[in-house]
Amino acid sequence: MSAEVTTRRESAVERGATALDNLGYRLQRLPLHLVIIIICAIWIVPTVGMVINSFRGLQDMSQSGWWTTLFPPHGFTLESYRQVLAIEGVAPSILYSVLITIPATVIQLTIATMGAYAFAWMRFPGRNLFFIVIVGLMVVPIQMTLIPVLQIFKFLHINGTIMAVWLAHSGYGLPFEVFLLRNYLGGLPREIFESAEVDGAGHSTRFLRIAVPMTIPAIASLTIFVFLGIWNDLLVALTFLGVSAYRPFTVVITGLVTSFGGGWQFLTAAAVLQMALPLAVFIFLQRYFVRGITSGSVKG
Amino acid sequence: MDQIITAVVAVVGVPLVLLGYIIGGEKVMERLPDRLQGWARPYFWALPAVGFATIFMVYPMVRTVIISFRNNDDTEWIGLANYKYFFTFPDTLTALRNSVAWLVFYTFFAVFLGLIIAILVDRVRYESLAKIAIFLPVPISAVAASIIWKFMFDYQPPGTTQTGTLNAVLATFGRDPVAWLITGPFVNNAALIFVGIWTAVGFCMVIISASLKAISSEVLEAARIDGATELQIVRLVVTPLLWPTITVVGTTMLINALKTFDIVYVMTNGAYDTDVIATRMFSQLQSSHFGRAAAVGVVLFIAIVPLLIVNIRRFQQQEEQR
Repeated sequence: MSAEVTTRRESAVERGATALDNLGYRLQRLPLHLVIIIICAIWIVPTVGMVINSFRGLQDMSQSGWWTTLFPPHGFTLESYRQVLAIEGVAPSILYSVLITIPATVIQLTIATMGAYAFAWMRFPGRNLFFIVIVGLMVVPIQMTLIPVLQIFKFLHINGTIMAVWLAHSGYGLPFEVFLLRNYLGGLPREIFESAEVDGAGHSTRFLRIAVPMTIPAIASLTIFVFLGIWNDLLVALTFLGVSAYRPFTVVITGLVTSFGGGWQFLTAAAVLQMALPLAVFIFLQRYFVRGITSGSVKG
Repeated sequence: MDQIITAVVAVVGVPLVLLGYIIGGEKVMERLPDRLQGWARPYFWALPAVGFATIFMVYPMVRTVIISFRNNDDTEWIGLANYKYFFTFPDTLTALRNSVAWLVFYTFFAVFLGLIIAILVDRVRYESLAKIAIFLPVPISAVAASIIWKFMFDYQPPGTTQTGTLNAVLATFGRDPVAWLITGPFVNNAALIFVGIWTAVGFCMVIISASLKAISSEVLEAARIDGATELQIVRLVVTPLLWPTITVVGTTMLINALKTFDIVYVMTNGAYDTDVIATRMFSQLQSSHFGRAAAVGVVLFIAIVPLLIVNIRRFQQQEEQR
C-alpha cells in the first residue's frame, strides 16, 4: 500500500538515494504495474467493448469488431436502442422490473427489521434454535423450494402475478436480512435500550424511536444490495413469471437471446439498458454498495 | 396501470400495516397479565419474519423432499425412481460432472485470483482505481454478462473477419478461430466457468482486501527485517493470516458454484453438454416433471449441507466471542 511505499522511499533516502537508485527501484516495480494493468484490461475490455458495440449500426456489428469503431469513421448510431425498444414487450418489461423490485425490497426489509429486533433484544425460549435455522436457511438453494411455492401460488390463484414474485423474493431474502440486521442491532449499546425501558418506553417505542433510526446505515446498504439482487434476478422471475404478461426485463432479454439464433447483435442495447442502473448505483453509491456486499461474509 | 397502483399501495401499505401490527399488538399485549405478556411478546415480534421463512422456505423444503419420492401427478409413491433416474440418465450425469467442474475450477480461480489481485493492488498507488476495474462485473447481472461474453466468444468461419474479440486476437497471431461455446466438452465448459470467474473475482478481492488492510504493518516490517523476500512474505506471513477470510470467501464461492444457473441458461441453455445441476432442474420443472425436478433439488441441497454446517459452526463461534 502507499504506507509501505513511503517507508521504502524513506529508507532509500536514508541510504542517500541518488536518482539512479530511484530509477532502479522503479524498473524493479515495472512487472508489478504491467501485471495489474493487464488484469484490469481483461476485466474491463469485455464490458467496454459491448457498450461501444451497442452504439454501432447492426451492419457494422456483424461485419467488424467493436475496436474498428475507435478509429474514424466512427459511425455511432442509436439504431440498436431503437430496434430493441420497438420489440413488443421490451419497454413494458422495464416498468415491470421496477414494479417488482421496489415493493419486494420494501416488504422484505420492513419485515426483516422487525424480526431482527426480536432476535437481538428479546429473550425467549427457542430463540437460539430459531436463529440457527435462519443461518442455515441463508444457504439453502431456492431450487429446493420452487415447486411447492409454485403450488402455493396456484392454490392462492396468484400464480403469474407480480404480487407472487414480491412474496417469493421476500421469503427468499429474509433469512440473510434478519441475520445481518440482528447482528447490527445486537451491536448497539445496551445502555440506550435499558435507560429507555427505565423511562417507561415500551418495545414499540424502543423499536421505532431508537432501533430503527440507529440501524439506518445498515438498512441503507442492505437496501441497495437487495434492490440490485432482485433487479438482476433471473431464476425466480423465470419460474413464477416465465409465461406471464408481467415478465421483467431480465426474463424478456433472456427470451430474446435464446430465440434469435443469429442477428442478436442489437441485444447489446438491451444489456446496456439493463446494467445501467446497477452500474450507476455502484459508481455513485460505491461505499454503501461495497459495504452491503461485504458485510454478509466478513465477521457479521 | 393497475400494476402501478398495486405496487404503490404495497410500498406504502406494507410498512403501514406492520406499523399498525406493532402498535396495535403492543396495545393488546399491555392489557395482558405480566407473565403472559413476557411470554407472548417475543413471538409476536418474530412472527412475521419467522412466518415468511416458514411458508416460503421450511415448508417447501419438506414438501420438495416428499415430492421427490412421488410420481409427476403427486398421486403415488414411487420410491427412489426419481433419484435412480437422476443418477443413471446420461444427460444428468453430464450435468453432475459439469457442476463438479464448476465447484473445483470456479471456486479455486475466483478465490485465488481475488487473493493475488488484492495483494498486488495493495502495493500500488492507483489501488482504488484498479479495484473499481476488477469489481465492475460484480453489479452486472448474469444476463448482461452473458451478452457481453457472447461478443467476446463470437465465432465466424476461418478466413472471414472475426467480430468476436477473442477470435480476433487469435487471428492476429495467425491462429484459427475457436468456436468457444460449441466445442465441447472442455472448451465450452471452461469458457462458461471463466465468465463465472470474471463476475466473482471482484467480490473475493474486496473481502480479502478488507482483511489484508487489517494485518498490522509491523508484522510485515519484522519479516522484511528478518530478510524475507516479498514472495516469502506473501506465502508464509500474509496468506496464513488471511486464511480465515479465505475460507469464508471459499465457502461462499462453493455455494455459488453449486447454484450456478443464469450464465449457463442464457449463454448455451445447456446445449453442447454444458448443463449443470440447476439448469437441469429447471428444464425438468418446465417439462412438468415435478418428481424428477424435486429430486434434483434435493441432490443440490444435500451437496450444500456440509457448507451449511460449516456456516452454522462459524456462527456459533462468533456468538461465543460476542
